[in-house]
Amino acid sequence: MKYLTLAATTFLATSAYADTPELVVYTYDSFVSDWGPGPVIEKAFEQTCACDLRFVGMGDGAALLARLKLEGARSDADVVLGLDTSLIAAAKETGLFAQTAVTADYDLPIAWNDDSFVPYDWGYFAFVHGTDLTPPANFKALADSDLKIVIQDPRSSTPGLGLLMWVKAAYGDEAPAIWQGLADNVVTVTKGWSEAYGLFLEGEADMVLSYTTSPAYHLIAEEDATKTAAAFDEGHYMQIEVVGKLAGSDQPDLADAFMQFMVADAAQTALPTTNWMYPAVMPAEGLPKGFETLITPGKALLIPNEDVPALREEALAEWLSALSQ
Amino acid sequence: MALRAFAISTKTGIGAAALVVGLILAAVCAVLTRAEFGSGLGPADWSAIRFTVFQAAISAVLSSLLAIPIARALARRQFPGRGLLVTLLGAPFILPVIVAVLGLLTVFGRAGWLNMALSALNLPTLSIYGLHGVVLAHVFFNLPLATRLMLQAWQTIPAERFRLAAQLDLTPRAVFQSIEWPMLRQIVPGTAALIFVICLTSFAVALTLGGGPRATTIELAIYQAFRFDFDLSRAAILSLVQLALAGSAALLALWIIPSVSMGGGQDRPRQRWDARGGVQRIIDILAIGIGALFLLLPLGAIVTRGLAGILLTPASVWQAAGTSVGVAMVSIAVLLVLALPMAGWIATAKRGSVEAVGLFGVAASPLMIGTGWFILINPFADPVALALPVTALVNALMALPFALRILVPPLRDTVQVYGRLSQALSLTGWPFWRWVALPRLRPQIGFAMGLTGALSMGDLGVIALFADQDRTTLPLQMYRLMGSYQMEAAAGAALILLALSLGIFWIFDKAGRMNAEA
Amino acid sequence: MLKLEQAVITQDDFSLRADLSIEPHKKYAVIGPSGAGKSTLLGALCGFVPLAHGRLIWDGRDITDAAPGARPMTMLFQDNNLFPHLSVMQNVGLGLRSDMRLTADDRAEVESALSRVSLADMADRKPGSLSGGQQSRAALARVLVQARPFVLLDEPFAALGPALRNEMLDLVQQLVTETGAALIMVTHDPKDVARIADEVIFVANGIAHAPEPAKELMDNPPPELREYLG
Repeated sequence: MKYLTLAATTFLATSAYADTPELVVYTYDSFVSDWGPGPVIEKAFEQTCACDLRFVGMGDGAALLARLKLEGARSDADVVLGLDTSLIAAAKETGLFAQTAVTADYDLPIAWNDDSFVPYDWGYFAFVHGTDLTPPANFKALADSDLKIVIQDPRSSTPGLGLLMWVKAAYGDEAPAIWQGLADNVVTVTKGWSEAYGLFLEGEADMVLSYTTSPAYHLIAEEDATKTAAAFDEGHYMQIEVVGKLAGSDQPDLADAFMQFMVADAAQTALPTTNWMYPAVMPAEGLPKGFETLITPGKALLIPNEDVPALREEALAEWLSALSQ
Repeated sequence: MALRAFAISTKTGIGAAALVVGLILAAVCAVLTRAEFGSGLGPADWSAIRFTVFQAAISAVLSSLLAIPIARALARRQFPGRGLLVTLLGAPFILPVIVAVLGLLTVFGRAGWLNMALSALNLPTLSIYGLHGVVLAHVFFNLPLATRLMLQAWQTIPAERFRLAAQLDLTPRAVFQSIEWPMLRQIVPGTAALIFVICLTSFAVALTLGGGPRATTIELAIYQAFRFDFDLSRAAILSLVQLALAGSAALLALWIIPSVSMGGGQDRPRQRWDARGGVQRIIDILAIGIGALFLLLPLGAIVTRGLAGILLTPASVWQAAGTSVGVAMVSIAVLLVLALPMAGWIATAKRGSVEAVGLFGVAASPLMIGTGWFILINPFADPVALALPVTALVNALMALPFALRILVPPLRDTVQVYGRLSQALSLTGWPFWRWVALPRLRPQIGFAMGLTGALSMGDLGVIALFADQDRTTLPLQMYRLMGSYQMEAAAGAALILLALSLGIFWIFDKAGRMNAEA
Repeated sequence: MLKLEQAVITQDDFSLRADLSIEPHKKYAVIGPSGAGKSTLLGALCGFVPLAHGRLIWDGRDITDAAPGARPMTMLFQDNNLFPHLSVMQNVGLGLRSDMRLTADDRAEVESALSRVSLADMADRKPGSLSGGQQSRAALARVLVQARPFVLLDEPFAALGPALRNEMLDLVQQLVTETGAALIMVTHDPKDVARIADEVIFVANGIAHAPEPAKELMDNPPPELREYLG
């Protein structure tokens, strides 16, 4: 009897939804977690759209792209949220994304004029450390120091790839020498961000590759002011996270509405304290309290999207040969 | 072998084995069909293959050898807490990789207890990162499992053998040669092959503790091929290399194993009269003591970290825990359907080489199986809706080789000792299982079910490729917490995971051994 | 009538030839030197050892390739005649129904067989808690419920003391007389032959000789048998 009731409820629930359009959004895993932006954004958007917003989480940005390539034009997804600047060129090459008219008054360190992807948040990569440590001023000083760092593998992790690009953007052909200098500072290389950050919090390294915004989490959510990020004078590499609409979407208008929603105030206010990144459009009430304590890099580095695919092969080879010795 | 017919039909077993091979090869083929631009294996891939084989071989040999004295000590000593220790032996194996690594680092890391002690004594500190770190972690994962498998083998030696040894007043050396060595020759090669294959697919452990890209394994190369290069043909080739390596290791091991029975006994209560001497006693105390410390210190670290975070875990963690338990139960059911007929087939086969088939499940890259089945399912159904059934199936496949290792030796003995009597009584097919095999193997079946459940609980596996918001397992939820800076809550979730896994393991293992004295 | 026609049994480099008939309701002793192939002969009759040549015929039917359980015979081995994990009731019940779905009638039959071998109050015990003699009785109870036309004994009582063994042999004799089964029994002891057997099958030098009346043969043994008897 219990099962019958359950089945009936499920059936009613399903039929109740049948008239409501469903918007499927592929995103990375941490976006949909309880502390991530997913739940807040889903609730807020569903209040405005008379629709059912369904997030499907999978790995990270690179896993998202691989999934889209596997599914091709048959994909159920209407919107993909969470690709970043290093993946945009490869994403465009698939021909799966539609152009969009959604735009906003972006508050980014660079000008944004991509016609397919809409940025919703961004950040700078940085080495995070305890406040009891005097940080090095740049990669060369880090290489000369005895400081131990833990980084992510560029083959399996987005920040890992970001670090490759950072060194490449800052030093160009000098990058191999920088990596050779850093080799003895690298305690270890991890599969993803979580493992590296976990190791750092365990005290396995003095610094960990993360974001300039990471200390904001400790300050705001944990009231812990002992973490900060090291400002490097050669500049910090940027990561801009974007949302795009698939050409094969059966809900194109709803998809546009969602993308517009992602750059509107409700979402932008939520992102800094859920995704712990800078908002792409400054919310009316400004940044949350605590963000003013973060370091602001003097120079924003970003390799143009279209140059990334060629450069990353070269950078990976340099990284592998320097760290494999 | 004079038997013309066997009490067990081999058809179902062959069918189950074919299904297992089919499921895995279908995944590889599916990936190959989508491969557009193919490149062969580069020098980097070959060095990954060399490193993988090397670390796996060392880990397998060390884990199996070190397990011998510990299993022997546990087999012949009774002490308070022995049962708990034996249950905890199942723990490291079922932990999500990152949890176990953090536990190990709390003890052996740069800021770990060992180095704190060393520097307090003004001794130079040790670095865990490097090949030795990889091996240390793999031994931590697999030594307890090897110990459990060997302990079980020790306990299947009929009490009559030890009685005879006591009667003849054999020296410890002679007991070893006449009773224990023949048993070890049967058990150690299979155990070592199993561990070798598990270590073949290692990725995060090898990379994290290996200290950098020097420690690139085949699995990492597959990962790279999938997500960095999107080179599906290379991914498929690497997967096939992994399967081939596992297959050869298994065939080699199973070929070494002599096919002799330990002989039957009258199920007399086990009692040991040997090893009463002082030296033997000291050896056993050392083996158990060191083994227990190596096992319990990192586990203790995990529990300590977890207790602090357990109150921070959100309700969704408990929901995910419920899902995981459900998946584990389905995995157990699937496992039994596959493993029992296969074990029956293997146990009656002249040589046990066919057991190699079972190893396919662990040897196949989870990423490859997940992706392959994603490609296969996608045109017909929503893969996300099938995420949990596929996860349960893949988890059962992963547990299959362990189950076979556990079930085959005692089943072979049962068939040899009671096969003739069963045939004379027309006890064949299901009645043979129902009245002879299942009751005689109850402890082993309970152990295999418990291990499968626990393994399934702890596996992140393919769910990560399929999951949506509503269908998460506990390990995935734990990773999501870590991804949102919630390291403490994640540690709490890890502790819940550990407790639930061990709970499932304990219940089935206990149920299997209850009243099993016959 | 059970006939081994021109049978040759080979195992590795050992071979045994047999061309003989076994009649219902009679009691046969199989004697011969150790290693001559007495157990092999029983194994071949029972279906555990294949015939290299020849046929096994029962009442005109060729049962050379029949499965052990499908033959008109039941056998007690030297050891492991009972499953240690099953109760005495279950062990005996297997003789009636191999799927163990015992009806009330079946249970009554098992119980009466157990009473017949004086084990009525041991039905729920496991073999491990029985004495050697009680274990033998339990196995005999199963032979009783199986009620096959031929009962084969491969020295199942070898481990029992002389008095107990004689008691068992007498019990066997009574049981086969009651059920009308033929008995084929391997033995080393000429006294057993005198005690039970109507006919003797002498196995030596690779040949299982055709049965001969026990009394005449033992009173006037051919040279080979005389050598064995000492």
